[in-house]
Amino acid sequence: MDAFLHQVLAGLATGGIYASVALALVMIYQATHLVNFAQGELAMFSTYIAWSLINAGMPYWGAFFLTVGFSFVLGVVIERVVIRPVENSPVLAVVVVFIALLVILNSITGWIYSYTIKTFPSPFPEQPLFGNKFMSSHEIGAIGVTLVVLLLLYAFFRFTPLGLAMRAAAQNPESSRLVGIRVGWMLALGWGLAAAIGSVAGMMVAPIVFLDPNMMGGVLLYAFAAALVGGIDNPAGAVFGGFLVGVLENVLGAFVIGNELKLAVALVLIIGVLTVRPSGFFGRVHVTRV
Amino acid sequence: MALLEAAALHASYGQTRVLHGIDFSMEEGTITTLLGANGAGKTTTLRALCGMVRTEGAISFGGERIERRATEDIVRLGIAHVPDGRGTFVNLSTEENLRLGAYTRKDRDAVEADLERMYGYFPRLKERRAQQAGTLSGGEQQMLAVSRALMLRPKLMLLDEPSFGLAPLIVKELFAILRTVNEKERVSMLVVEQNAAMALDLADHAYLIETGRVVLSGSATEIKSNDAVRRSYLGY
Repeated sequence: MDAFLHQVLAGLATGGIYASVALALVMIYQATHLVNFAQGELAMFSTYIAWSLINAGMPYWGAFFLTVGFSFVLGVVIERVVIRPVENSPVLAVVVVFIALLVILNSITGWIYSYTIKTFPSPFPEQPLFGNKFMSSHEIGAIGVTLVVLLLLYAFFRFTPLGLAMRAAAQNPESSRLVGIRVGWMLALGWGLAAAIGSVAGMMVAPIVFLDPNMMGGVLLYAFAAALVGGIDNPAGAVFGGFLVGVLENVLGAFVIGNELKLAVALVLIIGVLTVRPSGFFGRVHVTRV
Repeated sequence: MALLEAAALHASYGQTRVLHGIDFSMEEGTITTLLGANGAGKTTTLRALCGMVRTEGAISFGGERIERRATEDIVRLGIAHVPDGRGTFVNLSTEENLRLGAYTRKDRDAVEADLERMYGYFPRLKERRAQQAGTLSGGEQQMLAVSRALMLRPKLMLLDEPSFGLAPLIVKELFAILRTVNEKERVSMLVVEQNAAMALDLADHAYLIETGRVVLSGSATEIKSNDAVRRSYLGY
């Protein structure tokens, strides 16, 4: 029973990270109706930046916030420079750009930092918090950080005029222009936010999976499964999906199918959701009149 | 000086030209209506005015040339567009829709006051303030679209078929409010309508558009008594 509880709680910790990346995917999806395949590599690249800063002697939290800020700017710049020119191109062209971004970021990181695995520090103490035997402090800390990010995002989108404008721009660009919203910039801001959320996820997962250029491959797949389970156009659903996938992956990996086949859980979920209920648990069913 | 003036206005969607040189002008504080059959180019004229289609020709607003400006910047000059199909943000609440109308304004307190003013004009919207706007009835969405435009405190309102799909009683109510807004707040209005009788009762001036050209213009009373207009558009 203890072992089971331990796996569930550890699942919640990684689930929070999947939830963050899934939320980043959903944000871009709502605005563009496309899945940003480079989301994971962006987060990985950000994590390397944090690693460099920490290695240069910067205190952890200083490096953390600087990295989040840098990632935001990087996201905005990528949208303006790379995505903007293909905005009105066919879907496939944009998908190819996403995949190109993925490969480029991966290779550049490998080229700068080499492909050898590095350790990434956790800001939380090594001793388990409150003397509990179920969760490491990093797991508790990661859940805490994830929850703070989610709450901040919720408050931003729900209560600020800019958040409202971003939601409006994603839903109805034409009407948004008619009330004076600069829709292009809202998209860029969305990319910035998504990249910033991804960087937090990257820095939280790196102490668990270790730092290497391919570290986010699996995470992106789980996040994609999470977003689909929750409904790709529903932020709250994506968060729920993230925690669910985290727990499922951990519990099934430990007790049913073994660690080697963990990633298959994500794939089975993706295929299962797409065939049985393509709109996910909470997604809106889209009907098009022809 | 005219508030709004268009000279030799051409507009096209891709290869298809829809406006073939429209000239018109309107004075500040007046209501002008564009009449015409389906496909005459009324909606396109409104879209051209706020930079939503490719245009040639000159448009000036308050003496400033605006034909090269982006829609977002034209809005900031004080032109509010109630678009064809109402342009509701269907997944947002009624109140969020209204607040978006005031997106470019910085005077927060006045925005709150205007919100209450809109609820005064349209008490139905107040009842539905927290409701998802997509679930409102057609008439309520039209009220919402008009209020959203008013939240800008515009100098000029462009209204694209405000009566479309509404019950006659609601149309009457809506037009009465438009008249009040015009008289009390001196908001100028350019109204596109298929319901020519209602539009001519509301407006001071009218232009008749056929296949992308102005074929007749004059005061609303003149146009109303024109035999051709009476037969083709008023039906008696």
